[in-house]
Amino acid sequence: MRKDYTKIIKRNTLKPKYFRNGAVAFVVGGLIGVFGQGLSDLYINIFKMSKDHANSLMTVTLILLSAITTGLGIYDHLGQFAGAGAFVPITGFANSMTSAALEGKSEGITLGIGAGMFKLAGSVIVFGVVASYILGTIRYLFFQ
Amino acid sequence: MKKSTYKFNNVYIKGTGTAVGPLEKEGPLGAYFDRDYQDNYCEEKNWESAEQRLLNDAITIAIASSGLKNEAIDLAISGDLINQNAVSNYVMRDFPFPLLGMYGACSTAMLTLLTAALFIESKKFHHIVAATSSHNSTAERQFRYPTEYGGPKPETATFTVTGAGSAVVSSDVTNIRVSSATIGRVIDANQNDPNDMGTAMAPAASDTIIRHLRDLHLTPNYYDMIITGDLSKVGSKVLLDIMAEEGFDISKFHEDCGKIIYSESQPVFSGGSGCACCAVVTYGYIKQLLETRKLKRVLVVATGALHNPVMLLQKESIPAIAHAVSLEINEV
Repeated sequence: MRKDYTKIIKRNTLKPKYFRNGAVAFVVGGLIGVFGQGLSDLYINIFKMSKDHANSLMTVTLILLSAITTGLGIYDHLGQFAGAGAFVPITGFANSMTSAALEGKSEGITLGIGAGMFKLAGSVIVFGVVASYILGTIRYLFFQ
Repeated sequence: MKKSTYKFNNVYIKGTGTAVGPLEKEGPLGAYFDRDYQDNYCEEKNWESAEQRLLNDAITIAIASSGLKNEAIDLAISGDLINQNAVSNYVMRDFPFPLLGMYGACSTAMLTLLTAALFIESKKFHHIVAATSSHNSTAERQFRYPTEYGGPKPETATFTVTGAGSAVVSSDVTNIRVSSATIGRVIDANQNDPNDMGTAMAPAASDTIIRHLRDLHLTPNYYDMIITGDLSKVGSKVLLDIMAEEGFDISKFHEDCGKIIYSESQPVFSGGSGCACCAVVTYGYIKQLLETRKLKRVLVVATGALHNPVMLLQKESIPAIAHAVSLEINEV
């Protein structure tokens, strides 16, 4: 049975709070960035690393922290609060893999954790590789 | 249009059983549930086993409270949200009576009850177990994202109730009578947001309620309460609006299981949903209100969003259904 209820549904729709969501995402996402910069500076100035090494280690540290907080059941609350501010940075990527791995645990190591881990992250990897391939080609052809 | 409302003369609720998770126990109706668990694993190794434990508890408690033995039960009619109706099928390994598995998404609570009532009314059966279950994490895993995933949910989202409810439907006279039932039609209101199922289901609920009233020539105030399954805050508003437009004012005695099972301070967005939402509220809370005669006649309208995650990705919409069962005090 298809009947048109559009009019009634429309006048009862909740509007998403775009401004609040945008502002919180900006601040929280920014704070994660600032924290990453702090880590990087720490590795360069205190541990005397090269900039390349420090940045790689900073990325890995953020991923580790995200994975741990996901396991402790904290990261999903941050995600609910901050939206894109929490899932756009690399910490969000780590959260998507860790949460899928946790979810797959009961289905075994190979298919549960191994394959399940990429359920959400898989598309990010695929489109990340495709995008870098295209941009790399453009750069090679036009900006050499 | 042909009628699809059926009246019953000798169908009664002989026993009920409910089992819930911690969040439901902490909610305003916590005291009405028979059994509860400290965490969502319910002393089991994984969530699927936890849901089995809840359903097993609900059925066992319902049979015990009816005073019957397993041997007296003719049939179980049970369903859940998990692929292949897995939870019901696996749980019924532990019971000696036959099973009819049913799927009606979150409308399963009343789908199983009304089917049991029709069977009992046929006089071929004496005692039937009607049961259903849902678990927040098994449902999230199947229909949405991993539990610990950080993607935000909108305010319109609902929270799947962790629990199970069961009733022993019988031809033995008791103080709660199943008086009539209306079978739902599939209504598609062209909605496609799995995070706003209340809106998608409200038109189905209104369709069933209106057909029920028309088939039986009743006005809404015949009932002390018309309670929908899991329209939540958002869907309830849509339902009342559609009903008003159709000339039925039910705002004074409309309730929604999804709205009353949790309190405002619990992190459940727009309210509760899932098969267990309607089941535990009906077999816990509503049953109690009828037994203590605070309510005399209740129409329970279980709503179900019949979407399939694959077909949603293929740009299909969310069809919905609602089944209604009327419960009355048996005036002796």
